[in-house]
Amino acid sequence: MRNASIIQFRHVTKQFNDETVVLDDVSFEIEGGKFYTLLGPSGCGKTTILRLIAGFIEPSEGEIFFNGKKINQVPANKRQVNTVFQDYALFPHLNVFENVAFGLRIKKMKKTAIEEKVSEALSFVNLQGYEYREISEMSGGQRQRVAIARAIVNEPKIILLDEPLSALDLKLRTQMQYELRELQRRLGITFIFVTHDQEEALAMSDEIFVLNKGKIQQSGTPIDIYDEPINRFVADFIGESNIIKGKMIEDFLVEIAGKPFVCVDGGMNPNEPVEIVIRPEDLEIRPEGEGKLSVTVISQLFRGVHYEAHCRDLEGNVWLVHTTKKIQVGDKLGLDFNPEDIHVMRFDESEEDFDRRIEQYTEDESLGK
Amino acid sequence: MGNKFMRNVYMVPYMVWVLLFVIAPILLVLYYSFFDIHGNFSFINYERFFTPVYLKLTLSSFWYAFLITFISLLVAYPTAYLLTKTKHKRLWLLLIIVPSWVNLLLKAYAFIGIFGAYGAANNFLEWIGIGSRQLLFTDFSFVFVTVYIFIPFMILPIFNALNSLNPALLDAANDLGASKSTTFRRVIFPLTLDGVKTGCQVVFIPALSLFMITRLIAGNRVITLGTAIEQHFLVTQDWGMGSTIAVFLILIMFLIIWLTGFRKRGA
Ligand SMILES: Nc1ncnc2c1ncn2[C@@H]1O[C@H](COP(=O)(O)OP(=O)(O)OP(=O)(O)O)[C@@H](O)[C@H]1O
Ligand SMILES: [Mg+2]
Repeated sequence: MRNASIIQFRHVTKQFNDETVVLDDVSFEIEGGKFYTLLGPSGCGKTTILRLIAGFIEPSEGEIFFNGKKINQVPANKRQVNTVFQDYALFPHLNVFENVAFGLRIKKMKKTAIEEKVSEALSFVNLQGYEYREISEMSGGQRQRVAIARAIVNEPKIILLDEPLSALDLKLRTQMQYELRELQRRLGITFIFVTHDQEEALAMSDEIFVLNKGKIQQSGTPIDIYDEPINRFVADFIGESNIIKGKMIEDFLVEIAGKPFVCVDGGMNPNEPVEIVIRPEDLEIRPEGEGKLSVTVISQLFRGVHYEAHCRDLEGNVWLVHTTKKIQVGDKLGLDFNPEDIHVMRFDESEEDFDRRIEQYTEDESLGK
Repeated sequence: MGNKFMRNVYMVPYMVWVLLFVIAPILLVLYYSFFDIHGNFSFINYERFFTPVYLKLTLSSFWYAFLITFISLLVAYPTAYLLTKTKHKRLWLLLIIVPSWVNLLLKAYAFIGIFGAYGAANNFLEWIGIGSRQLLFTDFSFVFVTVYIFIPFMILPIFNALNSLNPALLDAANDLGASKSTTFRRVIFPLTLDGVKTGCQVVFIPALSLFMITRLIAGNRVITLGTAIEQHFLVTQDWGMGSTIAVFLILIMFLIIWLTGFRKRGA
């Protein structure tokens, strides 16, 4: 075991009532001091992973390690982990001060130490002066800060945050995204953050785990995941994308819409059927006859910063394009893109195979140069 | 305007009902309390209430009501807690509530049978070798039966309070380092205190004014304020004194409701 990993899941499976498998053989490692995000659609098992780390539930199979020690049986109140719950779960019978002081009082800390720590935690989340407010007198955003203060005041090694921003309006939400990220940097504590909002995940995380149906689909930095999604699910879930069927003629040459294009991927079998991803912002509009593909505009929407257009190529594939150029439905245009904008995905490739292949062909590439 | 008028019209039957069956009887009781046994206006009844006989009576009434409430609470809280953990909690609750629909006297007579010299309870004591003994007309049987009768009224509000507790709060307490017992002391109990208060009200107040049961089960060994009122109205025909006790009973009830209904500011 490497020293840096603070939490490790080894082949963890979770079933409730011996029926549905909620987590299916999940393994991952979490390093200290980083901002992690669990991202996935509703019901994919994000909260279940948090509850396993917090210790509210035990895995059906597999092992969970904390700083190298197995903690499967360690109860929640003995773990150096604190949670910010989705509905905040603040104690309604206690005021702000007592909510934040709850954990410290249980540790039987001295009165003066408690006062000092609580006021420090409250100033961390910009809530000085709110000590003696009742919870019912706080707004949604303020409650959320109280919940964060209640967690950080205990100086845990890890803070788990279960969709803490989902109840806030867009503006407050964006503001809290910055604040949370900033807070994590200042504290240096590991944050494990749950969301089903991919933009939020991309904006905030050092590392993202994309989950679907109880399995980790892909893990990596936001840029890795955005630029090199492993499969259709990830490509579709993270950002907007054109996912088109293609054929890998040979390394660095892929057939799309009946035409061969140079790309930067390799390591597949010759003529293997694949799916390719091109992000809508990577497609350039060119005059008719120029560019790599000839298309007809079939619909257009104004989105504020850009136009969103659907174009059909000669083979019948529909391409989503983001452009600032004004275009008309029915226009005939050319579409251009660069070789590195094409991302090739194999069908049913596991994350390990994907990583191995990427390592392999980038080596080949650098050898070839 | 018309709307307000209509609302007042709808209120009329309710107002009439309250006037006839709540306000008027209380005023009548108050009125009668100022007449002595010969029908002369006087404060003698109030003076008599503060003599040792009646003060002792009040005190013993309080003591039994307290005992009944306290034991009911001790049994009801864990029961309500277990109920919320069962799978078919509504069904279990219903099973516990159903006996409270049975007429009180019927239950009292049933207990006379059970606690009687040749009743089931004594048979059981014989069988386990303790030997039969006097059960009926003891403090024990009185408290036992009244607790049995009142317990559903204690369980219900506590069950509702426990049932509406947000389970995430328990996780939160656990997450912050609280053990099961600390969670109970610091979160569960304070948050279900309103249910406990309601339960205590609905048990303590009727327990103060119990009668019939006192005669049937306790054989008039236990005399409560309720029994005293009954005796004055039906036996000694001293309506004035009976009314005076009733006035005090009403005052005590308001006091208890005020005390237990006292809420923390801002909660
Ligand atoms: N205590 C439980 N008993 C039975 N099934 C459960 C239990 N808790 C969760 N599940 C099931 O496990 C699956 C995953 O639940 P989980 O709460 O982890 O989802 P999630 O990813 O957090 O979803 P969301 O985004 O909606 O919060 C769901 O299908 C849910 O029904
Ligand atoms: Mg969830």
